Amino acid sequence: MKEKPRILVVDDELIIRQSLSDWLAESGYEVEAVEDGFKAIGEVKKKKWDLLLVDLKMQGMDGIDVMREAKRISKELPVVIITGYPTVDSAVQAMKEGAYDYIVKPFNPEEIDLVIRNIIAHQNLVKENIYLRQELKRRYQFKDIIGKSRKMQEVLVLVKTVAKSNSTVLIQGESGTGKELIARAIHSTSPRSKCPFVAVSCAALPETLLESELFGHEKGAFTNAISLRKGKFELADKGTLFLDEVGDMSQNTQADLLRVLEEREFRRIGGSELIKVDVRVISATNKELEKLVKEEKFREDLYYRLNVVCIQVPPLRERREDIPLLVEHFLTKYSIENKKGIEFIDEDALRLLMRYNWPGNVRELENVIERAVVVAKKDFIGPDELPPSVKGKPKEVLKSSVADHNLSLQEIEKRHISQVLEATNWNIKEAANILKIDRTTLYNKIKKYKLTKPA
Amino acid sequence: MLCFLPKKIEMRFDYSSEILEKIGIPERAFDLKRNQYSSTQILRNILEFTPENALKIIGLISVDLYIPVLTFVFGQAQLNGKAAVVSIHRLRQEYYGLPPNNRILLKRLGKEVIHELGHTFGMVHCWDTRCVMHFSNSIREIDVKEDKFCESCSKILLSKL
Repeated sequence: MKEKPRILVVDDELIIRQSLSDWLAESGYEVEAVEDGFKAIGEVKKKKWDLLLVDLKMQGMDGIDVMREAKRISKELPVVIITGYPTVDSAVQAMKEGAYDYIVKPFNPEEIDLVIRNIIAHQNLVKENIYLRQELKRRYQFKDIIGKSRKMQEVLVLVKTVAKSNSTVLIQGESGTGKELIARAIHSTSPRSKCPFVAVSCAALPETLLESELFGHEKGAFTNAISLRKGKFELADKGTLFLDEVGDMSQNTQADLLRVLEEREFRRIGGSELIKVDVRVISATNKELEKLVKEEKFREDLYYRLNVVCIQVPPLRERREDIPLLVEHFLTKYSIENKKGIEFIDEDALRLLMRYNWPGNVRELENVIERAVVVAKKDFIGPDELPPSVKGKPKEVLKSSVADHNLSLQEIEKRHISQVLEATNWNIKEAANILKIDRTTLYNKIKKYKLTKPA
Repeated sequence: MLCFLPKKIEMRFDYSSEILEKIGIPERAFDLKRNQYSSTQILRNILEFTPENALKIIGLISVDLYIPVLTFVFGQAQLNGKAAVVSIHRLRQEYYGLPPNNRILLKRLGKEVIHELGHTFGMVHCWDTRCVMHFSNSIREIDVKEDKFCESCSKILLSKL
């Protein structure tokens, strides 16, 4: 939930402090009131404030002194000077010293309200600007990988370690788990970060085009090769080449890739000149490469070349505790992008998101939140804004259990119970409802199959 | 003239309400210098006359109200508390130099009663200019808003009732 704007009132008159605090609280502001400048400075040092309303005439430190000291601590902090004894001199001095406004007590409610609302709106813009700058800065850095779960923390430790080295990295994970983000994080924290990060999707291009894409071609190498074109290997020189969906590469391209990885040199298609490159290769796949090697669909030697360090990115359903954090991140991102004041997601909607199985992983969650923000008519996301697939029962869990015809009935039961428990985040009542058995039976089966709740 | 209020309150808050006998305004509430009445003092007075079985109480008054820090208020409430007060002084068309109009006055009064009672249920101001919980700092703002809660405030109110 969005934080309430915080206002500090500084006035030596108790009745003013009380009535101003009460009146501001009615507008939903978080208000604290202190009676002198010294206490005010203490508060400014202790907490972050969106606005200071400071009385001009006070014993000890007057309003101008308080403002000066507060701005020394927090330069951007807006201060409004309030006074029951207005003079032109004090007004001019206050404005010269950096006051946002100078208002005479008692205030016209419309006037003070407008001043405060303008300041808060301005502060929100400042915060938004800071957020966007940070977002731009860290777009492909570490902080972009969101997850407090143990599994994601393990991934991050590995990413940090591997970034310092020059090893080839293989990233494995289901579609939508953020493999490219991991690759970019490795690149941006590696000594190669100032050189290019070049990404190629091996699944998107047919064999001949992929070769031309990777190695480039000379003018006239084939029909339509009307000019010389550098390949991704050349473009990524001194940097990182990210080969996405590497499991979809043809046998011929696999052989060419292996040669480049071993010799660090290649020829453009139709060319004779040997081109030397210094490229770190990070590859990713959502397929089980080991299985493809056994089926002789993927070269074993290339597999070992690519798989020097292997990073397994967990699917979202195995790190459900990260969902609220991811939701908050996407909510802020799309609320700003769509200029909407969506402040929070309600408990019912979050419960649905936690229950859903997320076959499309983080990418699917991001799409769901983006859609919800776009269609939302209120300042929060409720179940109405979620698509029917998320609101429905977690049917996905049934898929894998029944797909394998070599399993015994007992094994199918064990797997199915395990998946339903996982899908319901180990909510025994909900799982028992889906399985249409009572809770005692479910407990007995958990014991029988030695199923344990993940930490 | 006020008999429409209990029904309106019941409609918005789902609690029955009744109109009590009128009480006097305490002398101490009057500020000679400002020629206005302190709404805080009046709230205290209202609380003294609150029946034990009442969940909330709202006083209606014809004099001009103020709180020390503002030039005037249309009303005041204890946020999350029991009592509220609304003045009709600045809700009257005559205050703005216009001919009297009871229909407009009662419309404004209805909105302000719901607004102040909303505060006693912990509701804070809403940025939706149509919502009854939108700021009431000028008669214009009161006239623009409706006498009901917006969708978002309705949901919040429901959780507080």
